[in-house]
Amino acid sequence: MAENLNQPFEESAMNKEEKRKLNREQRIQVIAFAFMIGITILAFLAVGAEGIPTIFTTPFILLLALVQLIIQLYYFMHLKDKDHGWPSSFMISGLVLAAPMIVALIMLLGVVKY
Amino acid sequence: MVSEATNTRKKSVLWDWLTTVDHKKIAILYLIAGTLFFVKAGLMAVLFRIQLIAPEMEFISGQTFNELVTMHGTLMLFLAVTPLFFAFANYVLPLQIGARDVAFPFVNALGFWLFLSGGILLSISWFFGGAPDAGWTSYVPLASREFGGIGIDFYVLGLQISGFGTLISAINFIVTIINMRAPGMTMMRLPLFCWTMLITSMLIVFAFTPLAAGLLLLMLDRVFDAQFFIPGEGGNVVLWQHIFWIFGHPEVYILVMPAFGIISEVVPAFSKKRLFGYTSMVFAVLIIGFLSFMVWMHHMFTVGVGPIANSVFAIATMTIAVPTGIKVFNWLFTMWGGKLRFTTAMHFAASFVPTFVLGGVTGVMLAMAPVDHLYHDTYFVVAHFHYIIVGGIVLGLLAGLFYWYPKMFGHKLNETLGIIFFWVFYIGFHLTFFIQHILGLIGMPRRVYTFLEGQGMDTMNFISTIGAFMMSVAIIILVINIIYSALKAERVTEKDPWDARTLEWSTNTPIPEYNFAQTPQVRSLDPLFYEKIHGNGEMKPAEPLDDIHMPNGSILPFIMSIGMFIGGFGFISFHMDLFISPYVLIAIGGITFFGGMAARSLQNDYGYNIEKETVESMEKELS
Repeated sequence: MAENLNQPFEESAMNKEEKRKLNREQRIQVIAFAFMIGITILAFLAVGAEGIPTIFTTPFILLLALVQLIIQLYYFMHLKDKDHGWPSSFMISGLVLAAPMIVALIMLLGVVKY
Repeated sequence: MVSEATNTRKKSVLWDWLTTVDHKKIAILYLIAGTLFFVKAGLMAVLFRIQLIAPEMEFISGQTFNELVTMHGTLMLFLAVTPLFFAFANYVLPLQIGARDVAFPFVNALGFWLFLSGGILLSISWFFGGAPDAGWTSYVPLASREFGGIGIDFYVLGLQISGFGTLISAINFIVTIINMRAPGMTMMRLPLFCWTMLITSMLIVFAFTPLAAGLLLLMLDRVFDAQFFIPGEGGNVVLWQHIFWIFGHPEVYILVMPAFGIISEVVPAFSKKRLFGYTSMVFAVLIIGFLSFMVWMHHMFTVGVGPIANSVFAIATMTIAVPTGIKVFNWLFTMWGGKLRFTTAMHFAASFVPTFVLGGVTGVMLAMAPVDHLYHDTYFVVAHFHYIIVGGIVLGLLAGLFYWYPKMFGHKLNETLGIIFFWVFYIGFHLTFFIQHILGLIGMPRRVYTFLEGQGMDTMNFISTIGAFMMSVAIIILVINIIYSALKAERVTEKDPWDARTLEWSTNTPIPEYNFAQTPQVRSLDPLFYEKIHGNGEMKPAEPLDDIHMPNGSILPFIMSIGMFIGGFGFISFHMDLFISPYVLIAIGGITFFGGMAARSLQNDYGYNIEKETVESMEKELS
């Protein structure tokens, strides 16, 4: 076994199905990446362009950030894939616990700086 | 022994315990360390109870009183109860799910040594200008550089380091429970102790992170002159209270949940009935875990956050009574109609139920925001949380101790001494703390080192202190019991001395280092009991007998913890006159710690194999 390792492989060990899946995954990664660059440009435009009121910009950027976060976690860090149920549920319960705390802290302390 | 033939050379006992990564040995290390801190914290309580035995006593000074109270609380919550539960969890949890070890044995050892070095760092504060004295909550501004002594630096760094240990142990438990269950052990067949440890570990992961953040902010304030908590410089003191209680309230449940688990194991075993309402128990634990995060504000009703916030958090707090009630009734229904055997463990488990309910009832009283203004900072609060912590958690711990003792040490504790211990402890506990409800209602404030004569508090404080003495006597009886049983008691050689129900009782006593020669096949909830009814009383193997792969021991966790200790001490010594510069200490600590990490990453440690023949001969020898 070990002495064969330094010889070049003639063809991939993957079968057709695996190759197809890999290609598909690659395509999803590229599309997601392009999409993320797209919404980043949108965010810059929203801030930079004249005529767009701040009252619109702030929630809009936050929304884009949320989308970015979801794509990052689920597509780039593979939470969408099989056997990621436990990590997913931990992430979600972390969010469920942390979100009300942050909201409550901001409201209760009355200190809002941005 | 045959095992040493395969395991290179024979090691010295001390070296073996310093380098061990075996979950059973780490459990015993946790047990010893936790007991030492427990006794230490208990002695502190006796000291300040003596100070309060009569009006205007001058047994200790007010400063010492503050230090004792602070250290009593901090040690009990962080360094006594948590590690004692971790001891049981480390020992029992892999056995209950049919695993050979926890998921990351090296990390498990690191968790213990970090916890211990943090605990020692906290304890040596007595020798460097006084212990922390701002209460276990360390509220700012009392704990700020301006008002708080050097002890608080020890509090911050010591808890930070032992918190790292707790955090990584918790992650280890989560991974173990999720990934290492035996075939057939679905989540809904998990013994309740494993469920509660899983939820506890999740709570630790989500609650110790805010604590670490808060402690870091306090450290920046104190050591590096930041101003997060200094109002004059734009900081906010209430922020500390929020961060602390976001951690601090779940912490109560981190402590009490494993006790729920132990009671849920002990009660069915000695009632000879399966746990009533298993599914509802699991969901009750989940709901309690979730709600425990949403109620932190009830510690701060009198801060002045406004009626709406107070109402919301008061209602959320009272909601916790619902799942807790489900659990209490399930325990009662388990005992109802069961074939009860009142062993010492069952004494503790059965008395846990009403005592814990008493603590819960006063909890609902405290949850009513308007009335809380009356109770706040009185002995009523002290009485309430000691009913939860002693009447709930410590009784649970002692039930677990008597229940698992034969599996851990190969002999039972003496039952007669055990029952005497139980009654002395139980009566002493009620004497100490029941009367404190009334003391609180007539207005005795907590954390005050003396009181005046003729306010109607003399007799009640006297009774309370006598109760504290009784609890100390009880602990001495327990120590006598442990020594007596170790010398005189008959060795337990059978696998299952209690006629119990779960997998840990299907292993040989003493347990070989690999736990199970063959992973068991689980066919039901309470798998061992199922096999007793439907099979031949032995677990069926799920795999053929084969070589068993075990991890090697390592000294690195110990060395890394020493690095953390030195580094932590370095941060504290910024405000001390030492012969050595703090930067040097921090550098030494950092190099030791990260050097240990690098050594671990670079070495190729494949562990060792116990051969099939060795396993066979060991199994024959034991059974």
